[in-house]
Amino acid sequence: MFKDITLGQYYPGDSVLHRLDPRTKLIGTLAFIISVFIFHTFPGYAVATVFLAAVIWLSRIPPRLIFKGLKAIMLLLIITVMFNIFLTPGEIVWSWRFLKVSREGLSLSGRMAIRLTYLVTGSSIMTLTTTPNQLTNAMESLLRPLNRINVPVHEIAMMMSIALRFIPILMEETDKIMKAQTARGADFESGGIIKKVRNMIPLLVPLFISAFRRANDLAMAMEARCYHGGGGRTQMKPLRYAMIDYAAFVILTVYLAIGAVFRIVGI
Amino acid sequence: MPIECKDVSFTYAPATAYEIHALKNINLRIEDHEFIGIIGHTGSGKSTLIQHFNALIQPTSGTILYNGEDIWGQNYNRRTLRSEVGLAFQYPEHQLFENDVLSDVCFGPMNQGLTREEAEPEARKALLQVGFKEKNFLKSPFELSGGQKKRAAIAGVLAMNPKILILDEPTAGLDPRGRDNILDQIAELQSVRGITIILVSHSMEDIAKYTRRLIVMNQGEVVYDDAPHEVFSHYEELEKMGLAAPQVTYLMNGLKKRGLPVDLKADTVAEASKSILKALREVDSPLLKEGGSHV
Repeated sequence: MFKDITLGQYYPGDSVLHRLDPRTKLIGTLAFIISVFIFHTFPGYAVATVFLAAVIWLSRIPPRLIFKGLKAIMLLLIITVMFNIFLTPGEIVWSWRFLKVSREGLSLSGRMAIRLTYLVTGSSIMTLTTTPNQLTNAMESLLRPLNRINVPVHEIAMMMSIALRFIPILMEETDKIMKAQTARGADFESGGIIKKVRNMIPLLVPLFISAFRRANDLAMAMEARCYHGGGGRTQMKPLRYAMIDYAAFVILTVYLAIGAVFRIVGI
Repeated sequence: MPIECKDVSFTYAPATAYEIHALKNINLRIEDHEFIGIIGHTGSGKSTLIQHFNALIQPTSGTILYNGEDIWGQNYNRRTLRSEVGLAFQYPEHQLFENDVLSDVCFGPMNQGLTREEAEPEARKALLQVGFKEKNFLKSPFELSGGQKKRAAIAGVLAMNPKILILDEPTAGLDPRGRDNILDQIAELQSVRGITIILVSHSMEDIAKYTRRLIVMNQGEVVYDDAPHEVFSHYEELEKMGLAAPQVTYLMNGLKKRGLPVDLKADTVAEASKSILKALREVDSPLLKEGGSHV
């Protein structure tokens, strides 16, 4: 019933991007991140902008939602830009007392800002169009070669999906406990730091007990269905690349090739 | 202290893909000393509604008046409101946290500003009133059985001496004896303390037996708000909402259809048996002549 919390931030839909194999999206995001670092000139960034804009348009997600992710890194962005503007040595274009702005600083901070913004926007599009479960599935599938060097890939992926699955459950539980205690006159807002921490006890004790109980129940249910880790385990819906995935890979290759050419030619 | 809802609407996650209109234009007035039942299918908005009564949720639009005052007004003290309108949630696990039951029940009164010494008599009184055994007062709340936990949780709210007590599914998950027991004690509380009780329940039998007014919620709206037997006469509509009338209502309607002049208002077993006997006498039934041993 409680739908105030959206995990990760998956935005349900049926766009081309939603239908892509999660592995394609994961690799694509990685490729896009690499491309943002390959491009180092403004014509290059223009290509990246066109690519990003096309992806946003294809995802059919309200742009407002995509840019919401940027709010979180605003502070980081401002600090990075400030440092780069004022602390890069070079040809001084403006100065006031101890503050000096160089041409190099301006161009470097501009590039930094673009890279950070594109990085976050690119990865938000992935999390907006892919459910957390699909994502862990993709990760498990892509990291499978590590099994040979005894990395328990399946177990790590299972732990991740359980953790992700539990976040909304525990959020909901927190909300209910807070309400139950607020109804008994508990106060989670006022008071100094020590009082605030003390006031958390009526929230944390039931929350921890419930988390342990749920973990126990889940372990029992998994055991009852003969779960014994990844060995020999098959999937009900195995990931399969389809036509659109191959198309996506072609586009990505072309895009990365443009990046490489720009870099070599030095545009 | 009446509660009044005026055009109350509530939307979860407005303007997102997960938007849900949980309440739509609710208008209600709850008077003093009422014993009200609220029923509705899962997701009908009943839990959302009761959380509006003590300001745990702020309505998206509309106003809620307690004693004539807007509880979301600027200077309104909602903590005081919450000690007057007590709400006991369905899962006691969400509120029990202390080392022993008595301390846990003291939590509410102590939040009202009482010292531990002042709070303890209130806690003891509340625990005894919900039928919690004194020998368990110092046990850990986590060692208790489901029914005892439930009682401890209700006592935790009752100890704050609310004028209105809202109980969300107080009998869910209890065995039949524990259920009757707890409801009997709540009904007694209502007459002893003279408080208003709002009972959210899935059990039509419980509602029929204890409440005098029944509010039926469906898809965020109040569909019926009337005496239980009046509401149950719409049992066909109730079924369409995934609800049902008490078993007795079906029996009485069946008998009436077959020609026995029974009173359809009877909605508890006791009333029904009285009415059936009376009807049998009226039609001079042969069942009665054979010494009445069958009835």
